[in-house]
Amino acid sequence: MAGPMRRNMPFVKNTAKKGTLKRLLKMLLTSYKFYITAIVVCIILSAIGSSISSTFLKNIASSIENNDWQSFIRVIIIMICVYIVAVIANFFQARLGATVVQTLLRDIRVKLFDKMQTLPIKYFDTHTHGDIMSIYTNDTDALRQLISQSIPQIFTTVLTITVMLFIMLYYSVWLTLIVILNVFLMFFLTKKIGKNSAKFFKSQQQSLGKTEGYIEETMHGQKVVKVFTREEKCKEEFDALNNQLCSDSTKAHVFANIMGPVMNNLGHLLYVLLAVIGTVLAISSVPNLSLSGEKLGLPIIIAFLPMSKQFTHNISNIANQINSIFMGLAGANRIFTLLDEESETDEGYVTLVNAKYDEFGNLTESQEKTGIWAWKHPHKKDGTITYTLLKGDIVMEEVDFGYNKEKIVLKNVSLYAKAGQRVAFVGATGAGKTTVTNLINRFYDIADGKIRYDGININKIKKADLRRSLGIVLQDTNLFTGTVMENIRYGRLDATDEECIEAAKLANAHDFITRLPEGYDTLLTGDGANLSQGQRQLLSISRAAVKNAPVMILDEATSSIDTRTELLVQKGTDMLMNGRTVFVIAHRLSTVMNSDVIMVLDKGEIIERGSHDELIAKKGKYYQLYTGAFELE
Amino acid sequence: MKKTSSIKRLLSAVKGYRLQTILTPIFMIGEVVGECLIPFLMAKFLLGHLEAVNKGIATLNWAHLLLWSGILVLCAIVSLIFGSLAGITAAKAGAGFAKNLRRDLYYSIQNYSFKNIDNFSSASLVTRLTTDVTNVQMAFMMTIRMAVRAPMMMIVSTIFATRIYPKAGLVYLISVPFLLIALGIIMIRAVKIFNKIFKKYDALNNSVQENVKAMRVVKAYVREDYEKQKFFKSAEDVKLSFEKAEKITALNAPAMMLAMHGTTTAILFLCANAGINGAGFNVANLSALVTYSTQLLMSFMMLSMVFVMITIAFASIKRVLEVLEETPTIVSPENAVLEVFDGSVEFENVSFKYSQTAEKFALKTVSLKINAGETVGILGATGSSKTSLISLIPRLYDATEGTVKVGGVNVKDYDLKTLRDAVSVVLQKNELFSGTIYENIRWGDENATDEEVVKACKMACADEFISTFPDGYNTKIEQGGTNVSGGQKQRLCIARAILKKPKILIFDDSTSAVDTKTDALIRLSIKNEIPNTTKIIIAQRVASVQDADKIIILENGEINAIGTHDELLNSNAIYQEVYYSQNKITNKGVN
Repeated sequence: MAGPMRRNMPFVKNTAKKGTLKRLLKMLLTSYKFYITAIVVCIILSAIGSSISSTFLKNIASSIENNDWQSFIRVIIIMICVYIVAVIANFFQARLGATVVQTLLRDIRVKLFDKMQTLPIKYFDTHTHGDIMSIYTNDTDALRQLISQSIPQIFTTVLTITVMLFIMLYYSVWLTLIVILNVFLMFFLTKKIGKNSAKFFKSQQQSLGKTEGYIEETMHGQKVVKVFTREEKCKEEFDALNNQLCSDSTKAHVFANIMGPVMNNLGHLLYVLLAVIGTVLAISSVPNLSLSGEKLGLPIIIAFLPMSKQFTHNISNIANQINSIFMGLAGANRIFTLLDEESETDEGYVTLVNAKYDEFGNLTESQEKTGIWAWKHPHKKDGTITYTLLKGDIVMEEVDFGYNKEKIVLKNVSLYAKAGQRVAFVGATGAGKTTVTNLINRFYDIADGKIRYDGININKIKKADLRRSLGIVLQDTNLFTGTVMENIRYGRLDATDEECIEAAKLANAHDFITRLPEGYDTLLTGDGANLSQGQRQLLSISRAAVKNAPVMILDEATSSIDTRTELLVQKGTDMLMNGRTVFVIAHRLSTVMNSDVIMVLDKGEIIERGSHDELIAKKGKYYQLYTGAFELE
Repeated sequence: MKKTSSIKRLLSAVKGYRLQTILTPIFMIGEVVGECLIPFLMAKFLLGHLEAVNKGIATLNWAHLLLWSGILVLCAIVSLIFGSLAGITAAKAGAGFAKNLRRDLYYSIQNYSFKNIDNFSSASLVTRLTTDVTNVQMAFMMTIRMAVRAPMMMIVSTIFATRIYPKAGLVYLISVPFLLIALGIIMIRAVKIFNKIFKKYDALNNSVQENVKAMRVVKAYVREDYEKQKFFKSAEDVKLSFEKAEKITALNAPAMMLAMHGTTTAILFLCANAGINGAGFNVANLSALVTYSTQLLMSFMMLSMVFVMITIAFASIKRVLEVLEETPTIVSPENAVLEVFDGSVEFENVSFKYSQTAEKFALKTVSLKINAGETVGILGATGSSKTSLISLIPRLYDATEGTVKVGGVNVKDYDLKTLRDAVSVVLQKNELFSGTIYENIRWGDENATDEEVVKACKMACADEFISTFPDGYNTKIEQGGTNVSGGQKQRLCIARAILKKPKILIFDDSTSAVDTKTDALIRLSIKNEIPNTTKIIIAQRVASVQDADKIIILENGEINAIGTHDELLNSNAIYQEVYYSQNKITNKGVN
């Protein structure tokens, strides 16, 4: 039933590390001890049941040969009992297996997700989204295959083969040797065909990649194709790739399809061979070498025939499982790697609390919502607690930072943002504008220097509380599946509908929201795919507005909104900004012009700072930007 | 009615591979017959002979043994050959079917209008052309191989078994319907649940994807616990449904085993009864009967697998058919006009909305006239339908009401290629394709000389940066144009549009990432070099449209004003507002 969940996985690196299997088994055994024990018992029962069934056949044949009705009845009653036990065991194995596998998968998914929530932003910046997603889909699925199919199957097979080998040896060593010889032949052929098959599958994979690449490119550029009336040309190019894919795919599948009949008929040949040689041996009365010491006769041959089929069937089962075992282990390995990633650390102990002034005018903690917030700062040395009013003062002192050690992004950056000030950053892509905000909210930690928030070193503040005090509108607007209202409320979960609407009005988003088919109840899917980029930015601003934080960071928040609407948004946000510290990052100068201070960043350094008028008068880089001699990209 | 025609549509992809498709099941029959003959012949002539010798009825005949051994080996070889042939034809038919299907899809999409594309979204079109086609291919291959093999196996096994021992056939008659009904019930119940599960599973993955993408937002709003709770709920939901479905399918194997063991026991009992208590029975036949029972039940297993495969592929088939059955909303008319006279544009009371059901009109009774060779600027707020307006000119969309004329002729009367070759749009969301710069620019004109390409690039101010690349015009552009900057990409797209030598050239916010100086240069060069071409420029910057012959102000899908820069600056509130929002210091006298 795995079909649709298994996406194409070309060239998955199968780097199953040692110890992965051990860890996986340990996890299974410790978490589901009872279930696993029960399943193992079931597997043993059903495996033994199915492997000894051929002995019944032999005994029945003997009974018939000897005209012994009593012994026949005895055998058949035992046989029925064994079969019933095997069927029941099989049934419970499957049911218990379903529970274990699905519970384990849920646990792993939840563990992965919980872990992911604790990872630092750096992890997401250094891993592609596709790779992370693949752990949840492909790897989890490969793991499912491993624990629901491969491991029980291997266990069953090994058990069955061992028991059968004993039975076969018990009856006849000669015939057993023939079966084993055939197994070697099977291995040889599998390897031979498999090698060719792998080669062709690889070239199929390559032309599949090329064709899919072309499809992707022209589908995303389909409107350009139409504008330039390139339809016919595209069809031509597509046909060439498609035909190549067809011929490669044919070759690959030919080998894969032949494998089945070859193995199958090898089994038939063995079947014939056993019958012929068995007959010859029986007739020419060559002494039968066997553990039982029984004479080789018809009953033994009859029992051997289905046994040989079962035996080879089991062997090819193992061969079929090998690939999924490797894939499963590789998947488990990637899952464990994610689970072992280091979580975001947080040594902060300063927390944000509701506060009130007591009768002496001192700031103290309050259990109720007061609208006043304070930093609660416990001092370890003397055990006292100080409360500092949350104002929104941000100071950066000689900050150095690089995303990796070799490349410094920010050099010796100092800045002071008094509560209520509007500070802007301009500069080209890569100048380090966004980095500044990454540091203030501690998505990344600085290498050198200090950042203080209301006079407190931000390293001492609990990350969650620090971030709660910052309202951030990010460069990439990300919306969630849910209604418009839910998306705005994401800013503050206890906000009332009225507060959300108020925030939307401030951000100038109310207008377009009411024009949506269901207004605030319109369902957004696929990251708000049905909205324009500008509308999504307005929603994202509303979301930050409802948060009502003392410090706002707007990172290219209005880049897709036209200048006139931007002006309206600014009017709204200006009201919101009253008494708040605001950081504005923009590459459009109209966005930053009315800031208190504008910092021009170049290669990680602040090269100019001042108000718009001061900077224009200075006729430096900012002036050049403004007059259009340069454009920021 | 609709369903049969849909299936016909899908099966038309077999064309060119009919022979292989028909041969596969025939070969399969060959394999099955060979395979089923073996136990029968063996029991009758090889083991039967042995038994006869043992009982003293016959004397040992070496020639007889050798002959039948040879025949049995031959049977295995014949079965091997037929099986392999079936494998080969199935591979050919499957791959060919997939090829045709992919081609049909791709061709259909090439005939789509913008509206058709919007209906699907490009990402979903890609999945339909790739994953879905692969699923359908696998199901197709499985069907032509197994759907015949399994019933054949049943029939032939039953025939041979009955020939050996007639009462065995009777046992099958009882056990087969039992198994059919049991499997049927299990499958139908399971498929129902599985169909629901896949939706839940998709939702689960969707929420992961959303979180991976929006991790900064999650962290910035300290919503980790909230997201964890949400996720746990969906994970638990998926777990419960899967568990339920798998517990139902868990009945499969035991039911199968029960039938198999029951059948074997019954046959053994009957045989023993015949052998010991009366009529005489050859023990040699036991092996054949047991083998046939196994084969019979195995073929059931296969059938149920095919059934599952097809159910799973069914969702894919549906998605593929949706693409094939979408009717293009815009096609060239019969007796189409094949020449565009000049670059004049006229809108007569044009209203437009993106879908029939939409309440809001994107454009409301727009009337305007643009003469050939004029330069026209369009300004308006986000969502004021600037792009919608120009999309009607090359008939990317059709006006809902009113008429749009180009060169004095209704756009609906033109051949689409003629019209779109004459109207060149530089789209807002533009794409470059993997290939050299030459190849990319030549999208505008397949047969352009190198000099013409360079000339177009010079006009678009692209030559200046192209010539700094080590490989110049032979520089490879990566997929999506990721190795050039935003401004460079825009200039390449402009060059590509200029090379087309259109009668109407439309820039949809095409110079937003280009600095103002270069922007001005591009406008100057197209003004001087192609004076007869009508130029329509959508822009955010007033500077980009300031010198236009006329400027159109759009507001909520309606024309607010048309006029020159000076006229509008004097009289139009919106224009003034935009102008001053961008030119504050001009007033202060700094510039």
